[in-house]
Amino acid sequence: MRTSRQARAGQYLALLAYLVFLAFPFLWLVSTAFKSPRELGSLHPTWIPRHPTLDNFRQAFDEQPLLHAALNSLLAALAAALIAVLVATPLAYVMARHRTGLARVATGWVVVSQAFPLVLVIIPLFLVLKNLRLINSLPGLVMVYVVWALPFALWMLVGYVRAVPAELEEAAAVDGAGRVRTLVSVTAPLLAPGLVATGLFAFITAWNEFFFALVLLKTPEKQTLPVVLTHFIGAEGVADLGPLAAAAFLATLPSLVVFAVIQKRITGGMLTGAVKA
Amino acid sequence: MTRTRTGYLLALVLALLSAGCTGAGDDAAGGRITLRFQSLAWQEESVRANKELVGEWNATHPGVKVEYVQGSWDSVHDQLLTSFEGGEAPDIIHDASDDLADFAYGGYLADLRELLPERLKADIPQRSWRAATFGDGIYGVPFLQEPRVLIANATWLRKSGVRIPTPEKPWSWAEFRRITKELSGPGRYGVAWPLKEPVSATLNLSLSAGGQLFHRGPDGRVTVRFEAADEVVPRTVHDQVGTDHSAPGSTLGSGGSDTLPGFFGGRYAMVPLGFSYRQQIVQQAPEGFDWQVLPAPAGADGLTQGVSPQTLSVAEDSPHKKAAAEFVDFLLRPRNMVRLALGDWMLPTGTRALRDPALHTTKDGWATGTALAARLRPAPAQSVRGYPEWKDKVATPAFQEYYSGAIGLDTLRERLEKDGNLVLARYQR
Repeated sequence: MRTSRQARAGQYLALLAYLVFLAFPFLWLVSTAFKSPRELGSLHPTWIPRHPTLDNFRQAFDEQPLLHAALNSLLAALAAALIAVLVATPLAYVMARHRTGLARVATGWVVVSQAFPLVLVIIPLFLVLKNLRLINSLPGLVMVYVVWALPFALWMLVGYVRAVPAELEEAAAVDGAGRVRTLVSVTAPLLAPGLVATGLFAFITAWNEFFFALVLLKTPEKQTLPVVLTHFIGAEGVADLGPLAAAAFLATLPSLVVFAVIQKRITGGMLTGAVKA
Repeated sequence: MTRTRTGYLLALVLALLSAGCTGAGDDAAGGRITLRFQSLAWQEESVRANKELVGEWNATHPGVKVEYVQGSWDSVHDQLLTSFEGGEAPDIIHDASDDLADFAYGGYLADLRELLPERLKADIPQRSWRAATFGDGIYGVPFLQEPRVLIANATWLRKSGVRIPTPEKPWSWAEFRRITKELSGPGRYGVAWPLKEPVSATLNLSLSAGGQLFHRGPDGRVTVRFEAADEVVPRTVHDQVGTDHSAPGSTLGSGGSDTLPGFFGGRYAMVPLGFSYRQQIVQQAPEGFDWQVLPAPAGADGLTQGVSPQTLSVAEDSPHKKAAAEFVDFLLRPRNMVRLALGDWMLPTGTRALRDPALHTTKDGWATGTALAARLRPAPAQSVRGYPEWKDKVATPAFQEYYSGAIGLDTLRERLEKDGNLVLARYQR
């Protein structure tokens, strides 16, 4: 009993250490965003800013079109997430339910495609998009994000579909439900947490993506947040640290909000009540 | 998901797809030329100066509109390379001269010799033009440059009673070593070397001692020879860290900004930094902190040192090269060059701009920096093909190991020469 209590305490301690490890960069970012330049140059850094200031936020907004860039990022990420889920769902269903040779090849291709380095694809991609007149446009960027997120989204969804017992669909068929009715009324609701998780993955991937946005978007009014953040960095890596931290802090907020809102849907238990024990 | 919610999301995607389906716009819409100027200005004052100048141009040139595009130092090479390959490069390009070689040899940049007015050509000294000359052509206008200087804790120096160097009477490298030793004590160091980029710092400063490292033969081939003059700077740094303990080993892997807290906190008496770091020091130094700018130590060749000036280039694919060159000329008129220099806390290359009284004030060390301008030369390696690979694969690890004491001077020499020449040879077949 005693050993078990000690083990549990150790587990909690490890968990706490892990949480601190994860939270440290974010908390430090928040702290930095509110520090004055003099405090940023101090040899003895403080967790809580001694003279908190909003000047970094003012400067960040004055210097760069942050709100506009955030809106661009939001539109691109939402569209990419939605399209990726819409495209991946039927494909994942087919791959999960019909284990043919083609499905196996597709799965292999999905895994291999994750290993492609960006630099390998960027120039051909750039030329293709240029011919389609989609350079410097958010739809062009969304297309790239969808293609980039699709393999992993597909892989994720295949797992979720497989976790939905085929017996449920068979039972619905026995009860007289047609194919479409079964998919919409039985499978889709059970798949909801998976769809949300997959959408979230695609959203975060697109929201954080830098390189494609840097290369494909030319004019300031089209640029996304990660690209605009680099404008606070000078030659040889010198950074305007305060405004950079302020802008980066704002850039992390949407991801946090999205996570906070939908985390219940992800962790809410996929098959609660679906199958009687 | 309800039908309404799905409808909203689909509407959002459709709106996005239709709203964003516009290209960069016609270059000459309504008979008016539009030029894209990609600037790498990043400091508040510098961005403001650039945008003001673009605004002034647009107000006075109704036929040629310039669009300001913000670029980033962090990613400019990859971004430009892709843009060039895709034929979508900005018309006017801001970059550094040491990044231009690949683009110039690749045919992506316009040769400016016939495009620039005599006024501008004559105003910038020949030594600065050499930084942007590749083969027979000139592929950028060098307009801002920064020497490496010693930023010193003035109170500490005054109290120690050491001789304060001036551009007229700088410290020699040996004197510098002796003084940093004298300034050091328990937990206090005479100098902190931020050597995250050890190669360019070492090579550029080595010019003062007559170091050359890269030797071009009569056949045009370049070889690396690490000779006695090339040893002076690396040996000084190495001995300060490993023998005298007048420089901490912990800052060797740091960038310039990382050393500032220790400098402000009284841990280091001096930090060798680029001239533009003064802006950060003004912003971050604690109230009452007294600092000053000193020239870097001098060797057999005096205060000479290498720099990679910032440049303005015109894309070869630009359909409006003449107009782009006219804008470059406007941007670099003496008064405007001074505005850009003040915004970036750097030195202008133009001789008339350099005479501006605003750059000769003793405040914030401007006068000391300006006095060094005549001794700045193109960085030794920037026209050497294969230099980036030599730097990344051979020289950076070799210098890092030497400075940290892991290898000696002979091994450093052997690696720079033997391994280095193998790399360069591949580019010169």
